[in-house]
Amino acid sequence: MKTEYVSYRNDSPYPFCPGCSHTLVLDHLNAALVKLQLDPRQVVIVTDIGCSGLSDQYFNTNAFHGLHGRAVTYATGLKLANPDLKVIVIMGDGGCGIGGHHVLNAARRNIGITVLVLNNFNYGMTGGQHSVTTPHGGITSTTRAGSLERPLDIAETVAVNGASFVVRTTAFDKELPTLITQAIMNEGFSLLDIWELCAAYYVPNNTLTRRALDNLFMTLGFRTGVVHKEERQEFSQDYWKQGASQLGRPALKPKALESRFTSTLTKPVRILVAGAAGQKVVSTAGLLGRGAVLSGLWATRRDDYPVTIMTGHSVSEVILSPEEVFYTGIERPDIFLALAPEGMRSSRRQFASLSNASTLYIRRDLPPVETAAHIIPLDLGRVSKKEAAVTAVAAMLRYSKLYPLDAFQEAIRLTQRPAVAEESLKAVERSSIVTD
Amino acid sequence: MRFFEFIPPQDVLAGTYFESWSTGSTVKGRFKEEKSTEEQSIVREFVDGAEAIARGAIAAGCNFFAGYPITPATPILHHMIRELPKVGGVAIQAEDEIASLGMCIGAAMAGARCLTATSGPGMSLYSENIGLAVMGEVPLVIVDVMRLGPATGGATTVGQGDVQFIRWGTPGGYPIIALSPTNPPECYSLTIRSFRLAERFRCPVFLLADREVVATMSTVDIAAYEKSVGSQESVSKLKMAGQDSFVPYRIAGPDDVPAFSPFGGIHLVRFTGSTHDERGLLTKDPENIARLNEHLAAKIEAHRQEIELVSSDLQSGAKTLVVGYGITARSVIEAVRIARRNGKMVSSLIIHSIWPVPENAITQALQKVERVVVAELNLGQYRRELERLVSCERKLDRCPDVVGVNRVDGKLITPQQILDGLL
Repeated sequence: MKTEYVSYRNDSPYPFCPGCSHTLVLDHLNAALVKLQLDPRQVVIVTDIGCSGLSDQYFNTNAFHGLHGRAVTYATGLKLANPDLKVIVIMGDGGCGIGGHHVLNAARRNIGITVLVLNNFNYGMTGGQHSVTTPHGGITSTTRAGSLERPLDIAETVAVNGASFVVRTTAFDKELPTLITQAIMNEGFSLLDIWELCAAYYVPNNTLTRRALDNLFMTLGFRTGVVHKEERQEFSQDYWKQGASQLGRPALKPKALESRFTSTLTKPVRILVAGAAGQKVVSTAGLLGRGAVLSGLWATRRDDYPVTIMTGHSVSEVILSPEEVFYTGIERPDIFLALAPEGMRSSRRQFASLSNASTLYIRRDLPPVETAAHIIPLDLGRVSKKEAAVTAVAAMLRYSKLYPLDAFQEAIRLTQRPAVAEESLKAVERSSIVTD
Repeated sequence: MRFFEFIPPQDVLAGTYFESWSTGSTVKGRFKEEKSTEEQSIVREFVDGAEAIARGAIAAGCNFFAGYPITPATPILHHMIRELPKVGGVAIQAEDEIASLGMCIGAAMAGARCLTATSGPGMSLYSENIGLAVMGEVPLVIVDVMRLGPATGGATTVGQGDVQFIRWGTPGGYPIIALSPTNPPECYSLTIRSFRLAERFRCPVFLLADREVVATMSTVDIAAYEKSVGSQESVSKLKMAGQDSFVPYRIAGPDDVPAFSPFGGIHLVRFTGSTHDERGLLTKDPENIARLNEHLAAKIEAHRQEIELVSSDLQSGAKTLVVGYGITARSVIEAVRIARRNGKMVSSLIIHSIWPVPENAITQALQKVERVVVAELNLGQYRRELERLVSCERKLDRCPDVVGVNRVDGKLITPQQILDGLL
């Protein structure tokens, strides 16, 4: 026989001040749950901070009491991990301030949670300070001559930002259990902006009454009742629908490189590629490393570029070695590829360290430099920008014979998409004529 | 080499997969053993730490990720967004870092195995929820890819300045666990170990990486993943609640870990970030408060041995011990090789379990040493811990000097800098 739930409340009496509307709203929530007869193990009451944050302790459902303003984020995580859960958030107007960003984004996603905003226009727990919903002119302990700020309309805000069921009413509304029921049954994001009386602070400071709440709606021009309702795909289900095509596809695993080529390298070689954004420096340095691995060498690649990746310098440091490489930095490059003024500038210290044991590959169209290094000019004048690095590195490999050019070409074929690889391989061919 | 292979369960194919979430935290799939390739030619790869972390997470059965873009942690976000749908998991870009960790906490309590990744500025925003994860005893893994700070600092520049921040980054200051990888195989194996420890102790575990370890590509012997520190351990250590009555925070003793029951499972669950009794109800009773707070420390402190992880390379007769972690450990290894090649005796200790401090391993390495060199990309944050441990209470033959090799200019510590610091 199916259990009938006559109440979702436990035996603990509410802790709220006499006259506080929280009591009414929680009773309405209980009535809604009784109407829905949900398995309490499938219901989570997520509470925020403040007086309303105490609410979860009075229900025989799951309870999640987190940090101030973040209730909606925990609710979202619960719902995404277990879309069967009925997740009900209880927060105050304070939570709408500090956590407004989360409320807004939960609405945009239309994540299937229900948010009850117990809106009593001030922070009750901390001494009656003003909140984002305090009406203009409202007296609070931090707006002693009346609030100068305009109140946030949380209901309309979520309504225009993707929520699928939005209500505004007062704690005294007899229809509230029905409205809460509808909100919970709505698949997507529901929010109820429930206006209340704070008996401790806002009422005595502003002589607010039950009737005055209705007048306040009109004075402010705020709509009441079901403010917004729309059919919209719920986020967690939409996520699964979208991801279904990926399900079961092989997950990330090593791209194995067998050492099919050989290198005669006997000691580490430190290569610095000093270029500019758009020259594919980083990806080419990756190919240089992969080619080395295919040749039985150990390699590392570290990069340096500004935050805005499509402009400025792009520098990669590649170390090739017959042994494992531990330290990945390069103070004194053995080989310096100068491909752009930007890279030259940002690598000026390493450039200054070049000795007669180093080799400098430098574009002919760069200004002349003074260096002790052996200079090999590169004729990249007619090479497109995006092929500059591939061409230069291929030319360097032809000249230095660090490892076979075949291995570099194989790295291109293994790494790049066929169309891109074709262009890169052409660039490798062209590299035969860029040096004298 | 073990790879995770996702096997769609029947209920996924039938479209009722959602229901299976509530039954526990084990992702549906199995490990596939790939044949050892040693008899053939050596198989290597060229890979960065970000990919190794993502692979480690998937191998550990991670099925939930929430993160916010931040250099240099973004590649992990990209990998997880792409990979998790393949294994039936959820990966989402949240509206900010606060929501990222908030969603992970919610999902973890619903039984998902959760990962998030950020860098220093994001850690600032994680701070409050780290406290919640400590207090609510939430198993999850946080990757901190350190960059140069403070504040926005250098987004694409390396630093190791979050070492003390992650340890003390929450009000109340309770212990956390942090592991530090130095290369891609360790990124893989320590990610798995992080999940294991998170579930064993029901606490947030930090994978304390840095920009260089995550972004630098290295050659890796594929066999190295299996040999890497911590890679042989099983993942799931979460003590699940039985069928009997369930009390969310009930423990047998201070160092015990409460049994776990997911939201949506067979028991009613109460979770809270407030000072609570074993039922998860707010309490002001001093006895209950003390029991809770002492427990949060004891469950980790009393089991340090399980967590301690170092790579020690001690040379008998060496008067200098070099200590390092993360990318700087690689400079330490290089420096030691050079020193020994030149006939110098020197020992090294690479710290993998940054927090809690591996005091046994360190004390052992300190014996007969006259000088300790701590290399790190900050102004001496972990050196403080070494200084604390050389204090004479440790029954050392003599109290060694502790010196730092430090750098905060965004450049790596060079092996030469370390060599200059040796006796």
